[in-house]
Amino acid sequence: MIRHRSLRLAVTLTATVMTLLLASGAMFVARGADPIKIGFGMALTGGLSANGKPALLALQIWKDDVNKKGGLLGRPVELVYYDDQTNPATIPGIYTKLLEVDKVDLVISGYGTNLIAPLLPIAMERKLTLIGMFGLANNEKYQYPGYFQIQPAGPDPQTSTAIGFFELALRQNPKPQTVAIVGADAEYPQNALVGARELIKKAGLKTVYDRTYPPSTVDYTPIVRAIKATNPDIVFIASYPPDTVGMLRAAHEVALQPKIMGGGMVGLQFTSVMTSMGPMLNGIVNYDFWAPEPTMMAIPGVKEFLKEYQARAEKAGVDPLGYYLPPYSYAVGQVLAQAVTATKGLDQAKLADYMRGTEFDTVIGKVKFGKNGEWAKGRTLMVQYQKIQGTSIDQFRGPGKKVVLYPDELKSGSIVYPYSAALK
Amino acid sequence: MFSWDLLANAVVAGLLLGGFYAAVSLGVGLIFGLLDIANIAQPAFVILGAYAAYVMNNSFGFDPILTGLLFTPVFYLLGAAVYRVYYSSFERRGEESLRGLVFFFGILFIMEVSLSMTFGVDYRLVQTAYTSRSIEFGGVGIAFRYLVPCVVGVAMTLALHLFLARTFYGRAIMAVSQDRLALRLMGANPVQIKTIAFGVGIAAASLAGALLISIAPVIPSTDRDYIGRMFAITVLGGMGSIGGTLVAAVVLGVAESLMSTFFGPSWSLAVSFGILLLALAVRPAGLFGR
Repeated sequence: MIRHRSLRLAVTLTATVMTLLLASGAMFVARGADPIKIGFGMALTGGLSANGKPALLALQIWKDDVNKKGGLLGRPVELVYYDDQTNPATIPGIYTKLLEVDKVDLVISGYGTNLIAPLLPIAMERKLTLIGMFGLANNEKYQYPGYFQIQPAGPDPQTSTAIGFFELALRQNPKPQTVAIVGADAEYPQNALVGARELIKKAGLKTVYDRTYPPSTVDYTPIVRAIKATNPDIVFIASYPPDTVGMLRAAHEVALQPKIMGGGMVGLQFTSVMTSMGPMLNGIVNYDFWAPEPTMMAIPGVKEFLKEYQARAEKAGVDPLGYYLPPYSYAVGQVLAQAVTATKGLDQAKLADYMRGTEFDTVIGKVKFGKNGEWAKGRTLMVQYQKIQGTSIDQFRGPGKKVVLYPDELKSGSIVYPYSAALK
Repeated sequence: MFSWDLLANAVVAGLLLGGFYAAVSLGVGLIFGLLDIANIAQPAFVILGAYAAYVMNNSFGFDPILTGLLFTPVFYLLGAAVYRVYYSSFERRGEESLRGLVFFFGILFIMEVSLSMTFGVDYRLVQTAYTSRSIEFGGVGIAFRYLVPCVVGVAMTLALHLFLARTFYGRAIMAVSQDRLALRLMGANPVQIKTIAFGVGIAAASLAGALLISIAPVIPSTDRDYIGRMFAITVLGGMGSIGGTLVAAVVLGVAESLMSTFFGPSWSLAVSFGILLLALAVRPAGLFGR
């Protein structure tokens, strides 16, 4: 009788334990199916949306690629994002909602310096690990150890846009002596101009024009004419897309032909601007982050990514080539994925520690973060537009039109100097 | 850095810019200046006109100004419809002041988002045979990119002035802006007259948008750059004075150009709006206001 009761007790206990185990197993399954949520605001409307939307598409491609391979830590990845309208005032609200209501596991920034600026203090307050998407010198003042920047500006971001431009200019013969610098009254151009002034001082060049203009300027002819009156050898321009187009058109209208021109013009990297400006681009030496040159396309994984991006870009109504920001946006996802996988969790401090000490393999090449979360070694390209004829998009798909001149290890051709020689 | 050459070039560039500003501001001059309707959405209609010019240029090779002209009837009907909604929802109930303003803000944002969804957010611009050409007279360079919009802007001002001064409907619009009740007593329907005026104001945006995209690239949110200028020009010219709009546009254009050339472009907008404040302090009704 006792044996029988013991047996019944044992069976009951076993059944209970099994039930509990199964239940907990079911919980593990349910937990395993919970997505890892990555939250961000992105400029889907407003002035920076021409870059914000391609950045989003690249992240979506990354998410799809990761999920096809089983997700992260066995969990699918989900992107939770809101349109920041290119308005920094929306950032605190968006990220509070992401963290408090949507309960995202990880955050990344939206596109652009101005949108990262209000996010960084939030990340610091909450001790979040944050990857910034193309912000220039955002962490210079804060020096927050949990911040990382995917833009390859390097340890001295303020001079990063201009350094290649001035190094190239100073290598030419005859060596230029005078310089005009001009830029928009906005955060990025101001930072770039500060860097340019520093380099000009170091190089001992004579500044003959140093002015800024409001971003809403309509007619750039008077500005360009005033620059021409100073007869500079070098013209360094730090501008956003509408002013880039305005300055370039005005330069052609008033026949401004210094020995070298360009530097920090945002917009020339966009397909719509390239195809609209056509031969007006010839001779301009400008910063870039990507070019379809053999030295860049040799990086593993980038061809496959760009093929997928270009296949989806038209439907998404975004830049059809995606040679500027999208590979970097995809790399943001790759860095996060490698860090999460290696640390086997979502602990913010562990992720930051890992990111500080690791070299990442991405579609943009090897990424190693250094001082203030910037790239340990800068890799801002200086390209020159050469032999552009007409406005066909196809000429920009392959090499030879946007020749990489700097840095030397990625160089794919030689500079045409002076500027006037490239116009012939 | 001063030279007579630079001065002459700056003044000419300012005059050309002023002509373009006049084209962009005429709609506001008519709708806000004469009808007293704070149509904040006017710059969005200008951007809509710019996209119409872009599509026709990109798809069929149409000249942007020709497109601007062809689309004026469409924009007129659109404007008339918008006014009817505004009238029945707000003006008729006497709620036009604040709620009406919100209505037009709403239209502005809806149009901006619709354009974003339809065309994406890339910068769009058109190239025409004349946009990259320029001529020079005695050291003064004239870019066709600004000359053509200036000529069209002056022509639009003249046409609108003649319409208001010489035609029955034009005089009725002037009358409705002055005394709505008197107009009603004379047997005319103020709502119909205002519908026509609003439609004409929006039709002007079709051409203004075509001129804008000939000068500079646009994205759906470009409208925000123009709101301040358009209303400033209308107020400076004198509410309801079409000729005043042209003069004010030229004053702002020349001031911007001179500042950009000689004193630093950063000051150009501040000085333009300083002129507006100064002019209003001396003549509160604007340069040609009654």
